[in-house]
Amino acid sequence: MNAFHLLLAHPAVRLVLWLVLMFAFIGLNVLVLVWVERKVAGYVQMRPGPLHVGPQGLLQPVADAIKLMGKQLVTPAAGDKVLFWAAPLLAFAPVTVCFLPMPFDPRFNPLPMNLGLVLILAFSGLGVVSLCLAGWGSNSKWGLLGAARAVAQSVAYEVPLLLSVMAVAICAGSLDLYAIAGHQGTWPWQWYGMRNPLAFFIFLVCAVAETNRAPFDLPEAESELTAGFHTEYSGMGFGIFFMAEYANMVIVSGVAAVLFLGGFQGPFLQGVWWFILKIYCILFFIIWLRWTFPRVRFDQLLNISWKWLTPLALLDLALAVVVAGLRA
Amino acid sequence: MQAFDSTTRRGDLSSARFEPGSTEDKMILSMGPQHPSTHGVLRIMLELDGEYIVRAEPILGYVHRMHEWMSEQSTYMQFIPNMGRVDYLHAMAWNWAYAGALERLAGIEVPERAEYIRVAVTELNRISSHLVWWGAYLLDLGAFTPIMYSFDDREQILDILQAVTGSRLTYSYFTIGGVYDDVPADFCKRSIAFVNRLRSRLSMYRDLVTGNAILRGRCEGIGGLSVDVARRYGATGPVLRASGVASDARKSESYGVYDRFEFRIPTYTEGDAMARYRVRLDELETSCDIIEQAVSNLPEGPVVAKVSRNFKPPKGEACLAVEGARGKIIVHVRSDGGLKPYRVKLRAPGFSNMSLFCELARGTMLSDAVSILGSLDLVIPEIDR
Repeated sequence: MNAFHLLLAHPAVRLVLWLVLMFAFIGLNVLVLVWVERKVAGYVQMRPGPLHVGPQGLLQPVADAIKLMGKQLVTPAAGDKVLFWAAPLLAFAPVTVCFLPMPFDPRFNPLPMNLGLVLILAFSGLGVVSLCLAGWGSNSKWGLLGAARAVAQSVAYEVPLLLSVMAVAICAGSLDLYAIAGHQGTWPWQWYGMRNPLAFFIFLVCAVAETNRAPFDLPEAESELTAGFHTEYSGMGFGIFFMAEYANMVIVSGVAAVLFLGGFQGPFLQGVWWFILKIYCILFFIIWLRWTFPRVRFDQLLNISWKWLTPLALLDLALAVVVAGLRA
Repeated sequence: MQAFDSTTRRGDLSSARFEPGSTEDKMILSMGPQHPSTHGVLRIMLELDGEYIVRAEPILGYVHRMHEWMSEQSTYMQFIPNMGRVDYLHAMAWNWAYAGALERLAGIEVPERAEYIRVAVTELNRISSHLVWWGAYLLDLGAFTPIMYSFDDREQILDILQAVTGSRLTYSYFTIGGVYDDVPADFCKRSIAFVNRLRSRLSMYRDLVTGNAILRGRCEGIGGLSVDVARRYGATGPVLRASGVASDARKSESYGVYDRFEFRIPTYTEGDAMARYRVRLDELETSCDIIEQAVSNLPEGPVVAKVSRNFKPPKGEACLAVEGARGKIIVHVRSDGGLKPYRVKLRAPGFSNMSLFCELARGTMLSDAVSILGSLDLVIPEIDR
């Protein structure tokens, strides 16, 4: 028993264990999220959604995954094979790392780190490289257009996203996600989402854009670019992009829950349940958006970011600095 | 993309005009024939500068089925089922154009009841066609949900028309001198019930979809079409009416009994994609009005005039223009006095409307081109015939 505890005390062992755990957590969440997405889409569209595989169609994502794994992996003859297959791996790898600093429960902190927020922001910024490689490596014109859109969109939306996050970090005075969550009170009006609703709004819009979800799903705009950057991917090649997209949604929802909704804080029964509940509320909101709105045009998308969100985020940051300065 | 090269077997004849040449910063893109928003099998060659379209050219013929040639190989009656397959979304109008042209040629008087039934079923079919367009257009713009609602409404029409005609999509209900069979007893009741249902749904669509800021941003000021250009290209139907010309064959040609109905022709002067959108939505209401009048004044009597099974119109030619969901349908029949037509010329409105695309898409972004293409409401089988 003592040897086991000693082993667990070693940071490298904890890191590996926590990575494996997070990997399982992502896989489970992606499966559930696919089912939730299809069910919500169904109810929005007056139809039941998946119904027959398992109870209420719960096993439908498993069936989909098995189907995708059974498909042939085709590499475009004219494409760059190494870049082409590096792209899906590069899309998924940073996602796992992004989950490491997530504060699930105040009593459980396996990897204390004081720059957790920076880690998440840095690794989630890597995702766009994979989209770029996918578009370039497949040597397809649709893919290339999708990749070009992805890069421009990512650059445009990372700026207001970071500014809105900074506003919160300044208020909390920390970049440790546990500290930020702990800094907020147990009641909703003590959360940063209520104290600084503008930053919350900007963060949500940018989160939808950063995860390439409708109405900002331009890199894969189906009706324009057939499938954008993943046009040439078949089977699990596409499947991994798909998983990475959903995992990214969970990350941005998790970050939003921590920064703006108090993370694990709640009026009663504090803990991981509040965190999961808040994540799924935000996820439901993102899914709801997708099945409601048409897609914006590319120049409109950039205009929203540069002409509205960035100035607003700067203003918000300035206000946050002033308020934090007055309190100090 | 290059001209077809027999040694490398790359490129084709249609793309020959799109060789890259010295402008290497331009990208040549073949959009279609399998592309999600070129509904069906339209192929468009695009010359792109980044995302901006420098030049666009539609390439046709992927669903050419030789309907005009088939007419010369079959008797007059045998050709009627073909009409339901020219434009599968508004089959009734094509039925009417062909049957009406033959009636005009042979001087056949259509019974009163048949005329009213024709009006009612054609307008029901027009509504179903516009509903498909509405859903598909919003799908092009990235809104997934409206098509489910519009297909739910359309399903009601298909049920009504199935009870009347026996088929759900490619109707061949019209015959020379009337319609094949009388409508079922509950046709009027069901039509009125549907019209009332659609009216309540339309106000919901208007609140939820038409007023949406993103949709307006994607439609307003996109693909502006002036009256002059519309006239030069022979545009008809909602596309022309959205440019401010109140031209409607139902009024101007007054075929059938349309002159006894009261309805307005919705027109907008902006000429952009939003105007075309609004015209079609308004036409849904116009059609509702016409259906109400038709089924409430439905006279009793026979539904088909006496026409010989071996129908032989006298030597000569006749022509009829009908207002289809996409514009003016013209069928021109020439008879040499025999059992088979000498020539049947089908004028598809989609063909002229599609020609506008090169003009409208020039200088727009790829996303706008998709919006423009959708707003023209093209049915490719009708264009190819």
